[in-house]
Amino acid sequence: MITYTIRRISMLVPVLFGMTLVTFSIIHLIPGNPARVILGDQATAAALANLEEQLGLNKPFLVQYFQYVSGLFQGDLGTSLRTKSAISAELWPHLAATFELTFFAMIFAVFVGVNAGIISAWKQNSWFDYLCMIVALIGVSMPIFWLGLLQQWVFAQELGWLPAFGRGNPRDPVETVTHLQLVDSFISGSPDKFWTSIKHLILPGIALGTIPMAIIARMTRSSMLEVLRSDYIRTVVAKGSGAFSVIYRHGLKNAVIPVLTVVGLQTGTLLGGAILTETIFSWPGIGRYVYEAIGYRDYPVIQSGVLVIAFMFVIINLIVDLLYSYIDPRIKY
Amino acid sequence: MKTVTTADRMPNPAPRNHKPEAEQIEAVSPWKDAFRQLKKNKLAVAGMLIIGLFILAAIIAPLITPYAFNAINVGPRLQEPSADHWFGTDDLGRDTFTRIIYGARISLMVGFFAVTGALIFGTMLGIIAGYFGRWTDMLISRIFDIMLAFPSILLAIAIVAILGQSLQNAMIAIAIINIPIFGRLVRSKVISIREEEYIMAAKAQGMKSGRILFHHILPNSIAPMIVQATLSFGTAILEAAALGFLGLGAQAPTPEWGKMLSDARQYIQSAPWTVLFPGLSIMLAVLGFNLFGDGLRDALDPKMKH
Repeated sequence: MITYTIRRISMLVPVLFGMTLVTFSIIHLIPGNPARVILGDQATAAALANLEEQLGLNKPFLVQYFQYVSGLFQGDLGTSLRTKSAISAELWPHLAATFELTFFAMIFAVFVGVNAGIISAWKQNSWFDYLCMIVALIGVSMPIFWLGLLQQWVFAQELGWLPAFGRGNPRDPVETVTHLQLVDSFISGSPDKFWTSIKHLILPGIALGTIPMAIIARMTRSSMLEVLRSDYIRTVVAKGSGAFSVIYRHGLKNAVIPVLTVVGLQTGTLLGGAILTETIFSWPGIGRYVYEAIGYRDYPVIQSGVLVIAFMFVIINLIVDLLYSYIDPRIKY
Repeated sequence: MKTVTTADRMPNPAPRNHKPEAEQIEAVSPWKDAFRQLKKNKLAVAGMLIIGLFILAAIIAPLITPYAFNAINVGPRLQEPSADHWFGTDDLGRDTFTRIIYGARISLMVGFFAVTGALIFGTMLGIIAGYFGRWTDMLISRIFDIMLAFPSILLAIAIVAILGQSLQNAMIAIAIINIPIFGRLVRSKVISIREEEYIMAAKAQGMKSGRILFHHILPNSIAPMIVQATLSFGTAILEAAALGFLGLGAQAPTPEWGKMLSDARQYIQSAPWTVLFPGLSIMLAVLGFNLFGDGLRDALDPKMKH
């Protein structure tokens, strides 16, 4: 287990370096002079030279890359061209917001997806099974930005049940401690604020979680169907265990392994989808941060934002891989 | 109570689906066989019909609708669906149905070019990596790993941020992010086929690498590539719509579905049809490709079934 962990982490090193090379190249691959693209056609020669100096564009490529990577090791993600402040400091609150949203979406996706898949498998070919699989098929094909808009329209504008934008009530702000709205509002001791935070999470969380939910439901169903046909389940049934025990105590343990892979892969969908969801729901996460930076041609922010999101994705997949060998001891590396 | 006789338990001596001898020994090519299976799969047929409908609509667009897709004020602004305007009109008084039909042209075009581009470059890189192995494989596989380490839509956004915001660049971006998917698929196929005995036989006969690749290895890896291309077609449509929605793909007044959605979102309360129909079109088109792709996978490559 330990050797596998070390090997798995050492395999990450070239990928991480490659990722830095990709994000570093973003600014260098801009057709023409990057400084001119950023500043526009009206920029003076002095302004151009100034920006090139600031971004280090006037140095040789390798020197620039070395400086970029050594900066990254020191936690230096560069400076925003728009706000002139350090990106690492700006990024943290956005990162926390995205973390909160994707975490909630994943919980929704796993809880609903796994249970729907289990019931579908248990009651194979029932109306519930058909309904679930139709919903799952549609869920996979649905553009999440469309789902988000429809949810806003129905649940926020028409029914008025849930808020459509933001993370909390701007007139009654929560004191920031961790930048995680749920945690902060919980610490504040006000049940109202906590409830408001939860209400703000529901619509974007569900919109973001729908595609992974659909995929997890399909995966759980097929994997559960296979497990339910196995000999040991027949033995468990024969010894007189109830349906609940058969499925959740015995079946799920084996059925969950392929599901776990899907969960790991779907974090990519979630982190990518967060850009769309955050834009629609005005969620101040890292996806929106990057998206707004594109509008301002704030390339250092685009570079660092993309790198941080990809880094999160890689780390989550690492955790899933390690969990994999922990849950299933048959997998020996 | 029904008594069970021995005859009930015994297998039926005469097979029910008994066919004449001649039909049984008829040689069926794997492709024909796959097509037969595909026709039996109702969901796959539904998918095929949906795709066919969109393609047909895209081709004969000017015949279906009397309006031009960019003609403004062909009706009152934000008018609800009626006999004249089946899907209503948008904020500029343009006919939504017309724009959706012409939008099908754009989405199918984006899907086609993005998938073809990814297929060509992915196959090339996959073959090189799989056939030549060693450091070429090492290098190409690491590049794929790195590309797949980015959430795909994020990588597409980064590429558009580099190239500039346009439909063409969105198409290029979507093609690029799909390259490693095809590349890995082809590479793994090539590696497994390379070890087959008939390849060894071809080598023993003195056949050159290029000939072996194009005459033996490539034809044998076509089935999974077709499946992946169909599924990727749907994803490409979805990704193009997402980029359009973010304003990073098609620009106004192009009737691209994602762009139409983002333009209409502010009218969702007063004119929900402006948001409803473009989204529904994206969903249906993607659903069609997903259903068809799933059916193809089951028919062409039973081993790939989950």
